[in-house]
Amino acid sequence: MSKLRTITRRTVLFGSAAIVGGVAFGAYFVRRSTPNPLLADISDGEAAITPFIKITDSEITLIVPRADVGQGIMSMQAHLIAEELDVDPHNVILDPGQPHQAYFNGRIASNSLPFDPLDESFVPETIRDLMEVVARLSGAQFTGGSSSVSDLQERLRTAGAVARETLKLAASQKTGVPVADLNTEDGHIILPNKTRMAYTNLAAEAAQLEPVTDVTLRDPSNWRLLGKPIVRTDTKAKSLGQQDYGIDLILPNMLHATVYANPGRGGGLGTYNATQALAMRGVRSVVEITDGLGVIADNTWRAFQAAEALEVDWPKPDYPASSAEMWRVLEDAHVEENINSRLRDDGDVENALDGADVVRAEYRVPFLAHAALEPLSATVLVETDHVTVWTSTQIPHVIRDTAAKITGLDKSQVTLHVLPGGGSFGRRLDHDYALQAIEIAVTIPGTPVKTTWSREEDMTHDFPRPIHMARGRGKVSNGKVDAYDLDTISPSLTKSWFGRTFIVPPGPDTLLVWGAYDQPYAIPNYRVTGYEAPRLLPIGSWRSPGACSNAFFHESFLSELIFEAGADPLEERLRLMKDHTSKRVLEAVGEMSNWSGPDIGPKRGRGIAFCHSHHVPVAEVVDVTATENGIRIDEVWVAADCGTVFDPVNAESQLIGATIWGLGHAMNCELTYENYAPVQTNYHAFEGMRLYQTPKFHTRLLGKAPHIQGLGEPSTSPAAPALADAIFAATANRLREMPFDKYVDFL
Amino acid sequence: MQLTVDGNRYEVDVEGEMPLLWVLRDELGITSPKYGCGIAQCGACTVHIDGLAVRSCQVAAEDATGDITTIATLGNDERPHPLQAAWIAHQVAQCGYCQTGQIMQAADLLANNPNPSDAEIDAVMSGNLCRCGTYPRIRAAIHDAAEALRQT
Repeated sequence: MSKLRTITRRTVLFGSAAIVGGVAFGAYFVRRSTPNPLLADISDGEAAITPFIKITDSEITLIVPRADVGQGIMSMQAHLIAEELDVDPHNVILDPGQPHQAYFNGRIASNSLPFDPLDESFVPETIRDLMEVVARLSGAQFTGGSSSVSDLQERLRTAGAVARETLKLAASQKTGVPVADLNTEDGHIILPNKTRMAYTNLAAEAAQLEPVTDVTLRDPSNWRLLGKPIVRTDTKAKSLGQQDYGIDLILPNMLHATVYANPGRGGGLGTYNATQALAMRGVRSVVEITDGLGVIADNTWRAFQAAEALEVDWPKPDYPASSAEMWRVLEDAHVEENINSRLRDDGDVENALDGADVVRAEYRVPFLAHAALEPLSATVLVETDHVTVWTSTQIPHVIRDTAAKITGLDKSQVTLHVLPGGGSFGRRLDHDYALQAIEIAVTIPGTPVKTTWSREEDMTHDFPRPIHMARGRGKVSNGKVDAYDLDTISPSLTKSWFGRTFIVPPGPDTLLVWGAYDQPYAIPNYRVTGYEAPRLLPIGSWRSPGACSNAFFHESFLSELIFEAGADPLEERLRLMKDHTSKRVLEAVGEMSNWSGPDIGPKRGRGIAFCHSHHVPVAEVVDVTATENGIRIDEVWVAADCGTVFDPVNAESQLIGATIWGLGHAMNCELTYENYAPVQTNYHAFEGMRLYQTPKFHTRLLGKAPHIQGLGEPSTSPAAPALADAIFAATANRLREMPFDKYVDFL
Repeated sequence: MQLTVDGNRYEVDVEGEMPLLWVLRDELGITSPKYGCGIAQCGACTVHIDGLAVRSCQVAAEDATGDITTIATLGNDERPHPLQAAWIAHQVAQCGYCQTGQIMQAADLLANNPNPSDAEIDAVMSGNLCRCGTYPRIRAAIHDAAEALRQT
């Protein structure tokens, strides 16, 4: 390929409509296209018409840069491109590609801005656009925040359309048939005389053309793939036992390693004795890594055994040693100087509560592990002028940069193969496991090393969901909720996680109050205040961060006030609801569950909760029975509105899966710390929901919201408060602290 | 020592106490049985020995003297087991990491009980953890597979 063509092609404006809303600084600079990484390494006769599509004379590759950790986004990205490109997503190559600026996530940072998510007026929209520009320029390629679909759907469909129209132009020039007379189908251009020309046979010609960027996306009424049940591209392999995950990688001459790190996070290494470990069968070496030791062996189990034989005198980390001490830090943090935000302050709460009969309640949620079923793992091959990493990650750009930094190589000398993940739930938004694997592999250049964490290591060294507490004060009058004041207190997840992986966004910590300040209720006197507690141990993003805790506080306290008011939990929420989309969702869940109040019979109870998170309103109704053997969750109804639904099958999977996630952890999961480390290190002490506890589910997606949104997280948050509300209805026991099995038995 | 896996004989030189899971994965390169917990709490490593579902993380290599079968023997692209066909039809898998273990456990269930009730499914399948929450579809797929098996 000539240099001239490369330059020309790289300046093609691509997808700008989805990105910039006319922000002020450097309009040319931010509007111009991000470079196309595929152009760097294609051969003559191969076409990379956009950063998402590569066509050679024998195959079509779709670049699907968002990481699949079970949520189905690989398949979704392929279908979004294929809808416009007219290829069979099951019959092309799907490649996560290399980390690159072209695959930036424009939503994750802008979604954390301290605005009412329903406010689409000029100022919030302009600053959101600005944050997207920052993300674009930084090349931050996050998968997270349920943002993939909303962030990419238009870019990917546009990419498909640009490639299709460019291929049509190539076919037109080759055949003399006007573009308007050409059709496309299953990887072919169809001529008026029904002759089929494969895209692969047009690659060379298409590569010579300026991409056709003046495209119109198909109207949803004309969609061929989207909007109807989709067969995920990974369904078959995962059902036949043929799916390989990061942990399954096998390379020639590969060695196996594990880590034994300071149980206290960030405590460093200290003195150690590896004599016994080094004498064990199959052990090659014990190496020093960040915060601990790595053991290299010829078999993972042997590495595990040797790690257990290591004797280390661990230095103490810089945070309180026990959960009890950490809770005291939170309690003490509820003072005015720790106020971080008051993003909801309607009416006059102080005046309304002054001299009134005030309802008070305090709520708590524990540390929680992600505990994805596939333990963390990464394989690394370090060579003289190159480093290759194979792993599952939601932050490929960070792993690439880390590999370059540790090896002293340039970023261009790093190849990253992003492999499917056996779950994540936010854990792979950190890169500590890959860092360690690179540090281990650096010690034996030329030999690939797969580092696998034991389950115990995985849970001990999580970046958990933080402990979080809230105190509510409220007032009812004339059977209505009149004043609502919620103080929510936790260490700053924003500082901890963004500080490790990106830049800490300026302004209030919105994660501290997500799921509380942003709820679309019109309570006359309504205030939500975030209190930033001092840093404890490093904490991480856990499915629906912020909202998964705050929705429990917010909705539980609202339920308590509604109960005090003697009102119906659904009717009062509907009365208070000011957002039409959210109101429809509440009405839908009422209709689906045939709602007639919380009383559904002796020893039974019905609860309801709502949360607007990730731009998706979700309402859930939970029915329980208090049996002699404990609480049984009988039935759950979930209504939500994420706008147009691209794939109803996987959408239902995400709605139900995230609800089970919310219910299961509320039932029986917590990490408690003693001597700086969690007591719970495996699933016997951290179960979540099992099949025998799983209720019957009913779901409905309304499809009426104006913007298309993702569903990986939103249904998590209402689950716990709906369950607590149902247990209250059945037992008169109001649960204000998770896990609930501290107070009630479950079946 | 010798192992028979999916009808193939293998000679392996490992400690007798090495769990079968790690013999399969790291010595033989058979990775469909997954490591999840190492203590029989998740079921991701489930294989069959002489037709019985076992947690391969709890079987010492020296005790794995029977016929070991993995999901590769259960079915394949051309001839998926009715459970696999039902898993595909219901699109059970999300991350999928637990699903080979789920299917191997369900195969044992259906071999002994051609028409399991929900309660019987619950009793046998509750040792298999799914962090993604695919349980409702697992139940539905097992019922469908049982129906398909009864038809044959």
